[in-house]
Amino acid sequence: MPRFILRRAYFAVLTLLLVSVVVYGVFSILPFDPAALTCGQKCTPAIVEANRVKLGFDKPLWEQYWLFLSGIFLGRTYGAGSAEFTCPAPSFGYSFNENMCVTDMLKEALPITINLAIGAFIIWIIVGVGLGLLAANFRGRWPDTISTVFVLLGTSMPTFVTGLFFLIYVTIKWKIVPLSLSGYISLLDDPVKYFQYFILPWITLAILYAAFYTRFTRATVLETLGEDYIRTARAKGLSERVVLLKHTMRAVLAPITTSAGLDIAGLIGGAIITESIFNLPGLGRMTLQAVYEFDLSVVLATTILAASVVITMNLIVDIAYGYLDPRVRMK
Amino acid sequence: MKNLLEINDLKVTFPTDDGFVNAVDGVSLTVAPGETVAIVGESGSGKTVTSLSVIGLHNRKVTQLSGSIMVKDKDESLDIVSAPVDKIRGYRGRVVSMIFQDPMSSLHPYYKIGSQLAEAYLVHNPGKKEAANKKAIEMLDLVGISEPQMRAREYPHQFSGGMRQRVMIAMALMNDPALLIADEPTTALDVTVQAQILQLLKDLQKKSNMGILLITHDLGVVAQVADRVSVMYAGRMVEQGNVDDIFYSPHAPYTLGLLKSVPKIGAKNSERLKAIPGQPPSLINLPKACAFAPRCEYTSLAPAGSCESVRPDLIGLTASHKSRCHVPEEKRDKLFAAEIKGARA
Repeated sequence: MPRFILRRAYFAVLTLLLVSVVVYGVFSILPFDPAALTCGQKCTPAIVEANRVKLGFDKPLWEQYWLFLSGIFLGRTYGAGSAEFTCPAPSFGYSFNENMCVTDMLKEALPITINLAIGAFIIWIIVGVGLGLLAANFRGRWPDTISTVFVLLGTSMPTFVTGLFFLIYVTIKWKIVPLSLSGYISLLDDPVKYFQYFILPWITLAILYAAFYTRFTRATVLETLGEDYIRTARAKGLSERVVLLKHTMRAVLAPITTSAGLDIAGLIGGAIITESIFNLPGLGRMTLQAVYEFDLSVVLATTILAASVVITMNLIVDIAYGYLDPRVRMK
Repeated sequence: MKNLLEINDLKVTFPTDDGFVNAVDGVSLTVAPGETVAIVGESGSGKTVTSLSVIGLHNRKVTQLSGSIMVKDKDESLDIVSAPVDKIRGYRGRVVSMIFQDPMSSLHPYYKIGSQLAEAYLVHNPGKKEAANKKAIEMLDLVGISEPQMRAREYPHQFSGGMRQRVMIAMALMNDPALLIADEPTTALDVTVQAQILQLLKDLQKKSNMGILLITHDLGVVAQVADRVSVMYAGRMVEQGNVDDIFYSPHAPYTLGLLKSVPKIGAKNSERLKAIPGQPPSLINLPKACAFAPRCEYTSLAPAGSCESVRPDLIGLTASHKSRCHVPEEKRDKLFAAEIKGARA
């Protein structure tokens, strides 16, 4: 096992390097001058040049990339003399739009996105797997019909429709959940305000995934129920409840875990639409804004962050799979 | 009730878009303690449906059963056709056990062998975990798995096909059932392993005096282990008798056709297999005639038109031997005996 993890970690680092090279490459091809964008309203060629030197855009591309890489481990200092400032390691660069080190921006945005993703994940797994099981168990009867309607609505309503619906009706018109003006509050500081802040974004995000998981669970359960070993379980005299909740669920667990791991990784990269609608200053919104403003350092940092989350989750899923499926464990 | 199992006039039908399928049509048979009864027939003849309904594992939502399936449990007996599901569940694995065709897929891939065996015991003896584990090891040993302690902690994929079928047998016998249904138990195995598994079943039967209902399409298997044989064609029983009756004096044209189509050892390579001409009929809305008539070589010997219009009854030749055919018995006696001799020569 340790050898397996080491090997995977090695490939993960290679992949991340490749991702950063590609993002860097794409940005250097685009017809923008990052130094000019930092200049502000009263812009003179002299300021542009000064900024170029200050942010390191005057150097050849490979050297810029090298400075970025070494900054991650050593920190990076910009400018010289009285204008000198340092982003300590791990430094993912400096945002000239926000006048902040990117690492500090990440530190603010990441907890929001993680809280959003995990909360939504818990809801969609419970709803999706539960409803899928019900639908499979009562195939062709009314619980199945209800789940079908839910799936249809869930998959066909885009997040910006459900999100806006919740915002306009549940918060503003019906005042069921108060509009959260206080910003992000940790669960430990004030649980009530924490839930008020997150509940609607969670539901908005979860609906889409829950619909997919309902369908997925239903299909996998039905397929498993047709397996020979399920017939064996019945032939032992086991009740339908044990057959479904023990023997069938055990077999369904592995594919659901795989799917869930990758989906949650995708979400930590940022749920752009949900974060924008509910005005959550998370990673997704930060990335979107950075792309608009051509803020290379921020885009680079969030891309690499998202890539590493996906790679890490992949690794975790693979390891988990070893525990879930004995046939994989042995090899 | 003397017999372990008495099936009487069992009919199994299920609706499809094209009409009713009569998967099993009026089957009757009995299994006594210590006896092996084989049901022989080709795919789709209704033998698996018959065996599944004995344990109540037919698809309840769509199939309709009629007739009766009496299963004996010590002093009482239960009619599977009319009994509630909960009652039947109490019989499964305790009074009647079943082993299946494909041992590769019949064991749960994610649970250890030992716990799958123990579970079969725990269903009917709740809470007795220690006894269950002990019994699991004991049964693995009994079916010839070496180092049962260690192997109980392994998963199905670590066993070969023959070993898995041994495990399935061990699992089926965890509660010492009176009746074992073996649905093509050796079909998925290669021939040497097949012989071992059949021998194992015979040995276990001798020890416990259990009855075995063996479902197969392999006449070699039948000859090796069966005491009595029922031959099925298109959901109906066409011949029933002792193993000698069936092999040495078949009286149904279908049985004869099956026996003639068995390849001979030492036959010339140029000799073609003697297949029964034609196809088995669709089971949807079977005509009220002999189902085998369109493929039968002997219809000309029967009273004119009878084969095409009247369903022959299962008529007794001797006390134990019955067959279904319009051709007069005395004509068949000589002709079929000569044919079977010729085929074996």
